[in-house]
Amino acid sequence: MRAAVVVFPGTNRERDMALALRRAAGGRKPAMLWHGDADLPDGLDLVVLPGGFSYGDYLRCGAMAAQSPIMRAVKAFAARGGHVLGVCNGFQILCEAGMLPGALLRNASLRFLSMDCWMRVERTDTPFTSRFQRGQVFRATMAHGDGNYFADGETLDRLEGEGLVALRYTTPEGEATPDANRNGSARGIAGVLSPNGRVLGVMPHPENQVDPAIDGTDGLPLFESIAERLAAA
Amino acid sequence: MKVRVTVMPKTGVLDPQGKAIGHALGSLGFDGVGEVRAGKVIELELAETDPQAAKAAAEDMARRLLANAVIESFRVEIA
Repeated sequence: MRAAVVVFPGTNRERDMALALRRAAGGRKPAMLWHGDADLPDGLDLVVLPGGFSYGDYLRCGAMAAQSPIMRAVKAFAARGGHVLGVCNGFQILCEAGMLPGALLRNASLRFLSMDCWMRVERTDTPFTSRFQRGQVFRATMAHGDGNYFADGETLDRLEGEGLVALRYTTPEGEATPDANRNGSARGIAGVLSPNGRVLGVMPHPENQVDPAIDGTDGLPLFESIAERLAAA
Repeated sequence: MKVRVTVMPKTGVLDPQGKAIGHALGSLGFDGVGEVRAGKVIELELAETDPQAAKAAAEDMARRLLANAVIESFRVEIA
């Protein structure tokens, strides 16, 4: 797997993301790309937009990053069938760039949420979730002020109907209760796929849990899934 | 020419900020405050001198960047 992590001014989770990718890809280091680059390196399999506060969250979270030179290249890469993962601010950027439907609103509580959450894997036949069991619940850390997923009812129905909801907030036992959905996301949606399944946006941070010595490996299967999928490439 | 773009959360989109402001007004003793919606105002100084053209340009800017059509509506006026 040849992966790259995009760094915008204000991105702050790129190193953790790089470690997670490296661990899943047998030690192969991802490339680090700068927001001002207009082109992606040749032969790339995966582009990751990590978390942080790109451009200081000015205007709307992810709005400025979505207009940056590298995002034109990332869009073209996805249009050619490339795999893209956006986590937290990366998810916001994917929505702002129109690569995924919907938007991330301010958390319903108005509070910045920094805590563990649990997500249920709704599909395992995707490039990012094949190493999970269907219905498996895994723990991840959320750290966001604007993670309240919103889309109109018609879009939400389409996402559900086409199986594009990859991850949903639940209790540790896998129940989608209002309390488990801390940021107030529509239908408890935590992760959304593109129609071809190759673009995933997820709000919590699976890269936080990839090392048994540091808070466990709950998030590792996500990175192992994509590494396995792209291993031959 | 100065153009003012007002961006508001769309009807039906949860506006927790507006709700919190409404709540705070209530606790300050302001009665009779109904729904409160919080948006933002962006003022643009444009080189364009024709009001119609300036408005059209600002609307294009709002559609492409200043507002997110999924969650926000906008209004453009010559300031």
